[in-house]
Amino acid sequence: MSTAAIIMMLIAMTVLWGGLALAIWNINRYRGEEPEIVQREL
Amino acid sequence: MSSTIEHSEEHRGAFSSRKVFILAAIGSAVGLGNIWRFPYVAYENGGGAFIIPYLVALLTAGLPFLLLDYGLGHRYRGSAPLAFRRAHGAAEGLGWWQVGICFVIAVYYAAVIAWAARYALFSIDKAWGDDPEGFLFGSYLQAGDPGVGLDFVSGVTVPLVLVWVAVLVIMALGVQKGIGAASMVFIPVLFIAFIGLVVVALTLDGASVGLDALFTPDWGALGETSVWIAAFGQIFFSLSVGFGIMITYASYVGRRSDMTGSGLVVGFANSGFELLAGIGVFAALGFMATAAGTTVDEVATDGLGLAFIAFPAIINEAPAGALIGVLFFGSLVVAGVTSLVSVIEVVISAVRDKFEMSRVGASMAVGVPAALISIILLGTTTGVYVLDIVDHFINRFGILVVAVASMLALSWVFRRTSLLREHLNRDGSVHVGIWWQWLIGLVAPAALTFILVNEFINNLQEPYEGYPTWMLNTLGWGLAVAVVLLGFLAARMPWRDSTFLGDPEIQAQKDERSS
Repeated sequence: MSTAAIIMMLIAMTVLWGGLALAIWNINRYRGEEPEIVQREL
Repeated sequence: MSSTIEHSEEHRGAFSSRKVFILAAIGSAVGLGNIWRFPYVAYENGGGAFIIPYLVALLTAGLPFLLLDYGLGHRYRGSAPLAFRRAHGAAEGLGWWQVGICFVIAVYYAAVIAWAARYALFSIDKAWGDDPEGFLFGSYLQAGDPGVGLDFVSGVTVPLVLVWVAVLVIMALGVQKGIGAASMVFIPVLFIAFIGLVVVALTLDGASVGLDALFTPDWGALGETSVWIAAFGQIFFSLSVGFGIMITYASYVGRRSDMTGSGLVVGFANSGFELLAGIGVFAALGFMATAAGTTVDEVATDGLGLAFIAFPAIINEAPAGALIGVLFFGSLVVAGVTSLVSVIEVVISAVRDKFEMSRVGASMAVGVPAALISIILLGTTTGVYVLDIVDHFINRFGILVVAVASMLALSWVFRRTSLLREHLNRDGSVHVGIWWQWLIGLVAPAALTFILVNEFINNLQEPYEGYPTWMLNTLGWGLAVAVVLLGFLAARMPWRDSTFLGDPEIQAQKDERSS
C-alpha cells in the first residue's frame, strides 16, 4: 500500500471508529432515565 | 407517567431500555447498502479523499436529519402518521406517504434476503461453478425477458416464504420480545461475522492491492460536484432516515431518554460499519484482481453484481472460500433481516395506531398481504426486473421526495423544529443549537433536492436500464406517485375516538402537575 493510502485509511479509522467510541463513552457517562416498567404490549 | 399517556404506551409497547433501542436502530441503519454500496461509492468518488465529503454529509445532513426523526417520534410518541398528526393536523399525509414507501420496500427487500440466504448455502459447495453470472441469471433466477409473469422459481420462492415467516414471527412477538430481542442477538452476530470476514479477507494474497485502490486519495475529486452528491446520497440512504423508521423506533423509547447521544452512537456505528465493509470488500476484490492478473478497476463493482457475481468468483479462488461465502452471505441475511423488520414495523405500527389493533392482528393484516405480493411479484422468473425497477424509483422518487417534503414542511410550514430542538435538548447529552434548524431547514433539503433534480433529469433523458416504457411507467413512476396519493387518502380516514391526538408531552406534564 502507498503511504498516502495508509494515512487515509488510518484517518478514516480514527475519525469513524474513534467517533463511535467517543459517542459510546458519552452515552455511558450520561445515563438519563430508563423506562420505569417494561411495557406490556396489547 | 400520566394515566393517558401510560395507557397509550402500554398498548403500543416499548423497548425495555435505551441500549435495546440503539441496537434496533443500528440494525435498521446497517443494511445491504452498507455492505455492497458504500465501498464502491467511496472507491469511485475520490478513494481516501472521499472521507472528507462523507464526514461533511454525515455531520451536516445525516445526523441532523436522524435527530429530526428522533425528535418527532420521541416527542409525539406515535407511528409516522400519528406523530405527524400530533405535530400538526394537516401533516398526517406525510406519515402515510412514508408508510406506503415502507410497504413497497418491504415487498422487494425480502427477496434479496432470500437470494442471500440461498447463496450462503450455495457457497458451501460453490454451486455456481466457473460462471457465477450465468448461474445467477440462468440456473438460479431463471430470468426471462423483462415483464411481469407468474412462472415461479422454487429456488427463490421457498427461501422467500421462509424469510417472511421468520419476519412475521418477529413482528408478532412485538416491540421488545420481537424486534428488541432479535436486535440483541443479530447485531452482535453481524459485527462478529463481518469482523471474521474482514480478518479472512485481509490474509488473502493481494488484499493490500485492494486497500490501496480504495484508500489512495484523489484530491482532485473534491472539486467535483458529483462526488459531493455521492457523499450526501450515501449518508442519506444508509442511515434509514426520512421514511418513518426512526420516528417509529423513537416512539418506543422512554420519555426521558437521551436521544441526541443515542443518535450519535447510531450514526457513527452505521458509518463505522461501512468502513469495515469497505476494508473487507476491497481486500477481497484485491485478491480477485491479483488472482486474475488484472487491476482492481476491472473487478470492482457494487450492488447485486458485487454480492452475487463478484463474491462467488472470489469464493471460487480463495483458500477459505466456503468460509468467506458463509460469513459474507450470512452477514447480508442478518443485516437485511434487521432492516426489513424495521421497514415493516413502520407499516404495522401505523395500522395499530390508526385502527387500535392488537400486535398480532396488525402484524398479520400487514405482513400476510406484503408476503403474498412479495412472493407473487418477486418469486418468479421476472422478479429480478421488478426488483430492479421498483428499488431504483422508490428510493429516488419516493424516499428522497418525502424526505425533502417532510423537512421543509416541519421547518417552514408547520414550524415545529424549534419545539423539537427544545425537546431534544431537555434530556439530551449533546446540546443541539440553533444551527440544527438551519441544517434541516436549508442545508439538508438543498443537498437532497440537488440530488433529486439530477436523478429526475437523468431518468427522463435516458429510460432506466432500457426497460420497456410500460414497466417504468407502472412499477417506477406510477408506483412513486401512487404512494403519495394513497398516503394522503389514508390521512382522510378518521381516527378512533379513543386515540389521543394532542401533544403527549404537554398532556404528560399536565398530569404530572395534577397528580
